[in-house]
Amino acid sequence: MLELYILLIFMIVAAVVAVEIKDLLSSVVAVGAVGLALSIAFLVLKAPDVAITQLVVEILCLIILIRATLRKDLPFSTSGRWFLNTLITVIFISLFLMVAAKCFKDLPEFGYPTMKVASTYLKEGFEKTGAANIVASVILDYRAYDTLGEATVLFTAVIGVLAIVRRIGRKKVGEKVRDEDEPR
Amino acid sequence: MLVYLLCLLLFSIGIYCILRKRNIIKIIVGVIISEYAVNMFFVLVAYRMEGRSPVFSPESQIENMVDALPQAVVLTAIVIGLATTALLIALAMRIYDKYGTFDITKIRELRG
Repeated sequence: MLELYILLIFMIVAAVVAVEIKDLLSSVVAVGAVGLALSIAFLVLKAPDVAITQLVVEILCLIILIRATLRKDLPFSTSGRWFLNTLITVIFISLFLMVAAKCFKDLPEFGYPTMKVASTYLKEGFEKTGAANIVASVILDYRAYDTLGEATVLFTAVIGVLAIVRRIGRKKVGEKVRDEDEPR
Repeated sequence: MLVYLLCLLLFSIGIYCILRKRNIIKIIVGVIISEYAVNMFFVLVAYRMEGRSPVFSPESQIENMVDALPQAVVLTAIVIGLATTALLIALAMRIYDKYGTFDITKIRELRG
């Protein structure tokens, strides 16, 4: 499991770089490094379908982010109550980490899952659904409503994006429009 | 157990970025990082020692498959994460058009 540790530490380092670097485009590229390392980590953890999806989604996400940040850089302002804000944030996060570390004791040991539900899928999945890939049989057969809900969320998000990026709604008769709202 | 803690550390970095940074793009970056950490955690919980990927093959009988259910859940979550990220970025670009800045402290006054 050494490669998993190496990947996780690489992801943490890349995430710190993404958070702390000044240049926005470099930050976005560092997020891309995190996502691609995550994709490889999924492969190591024996989840090939998830790895493929992660790769595609990561590249799409990066394209959108770069489109948003290109030639729109601005210097950071660290004025104001810098120390107090950082202190409160660090206290909150360390409190959260302590509570979560306590909760990890109740989880099953890494590498030995309980597999109460999945054992049924693994046993009967092939006979009942005819799909050789168990993940596909779960998302498209056992939990097909889940996938339908996912499609609904996607559709809603697309409608939201369209509504946001559209310059202006329908004009009333005789309504004056300011120059900056004019569709280009 | 150390793997879980490292994964949680990644999540904490994302949370720190959301809480502390003022640039909207940085906040989106924090959301993305914490989302990756949660996805990673689900797949970590599903892993089984010496496991095989949950795909049957016609030749050999495979006994020790990893847990397929969290993988299916994560597959859904990744795509939804892309949709929400796109929505966030659309909002950020609209704010930039309106106010000419990504700094959240500068976006004070409301303009219709």
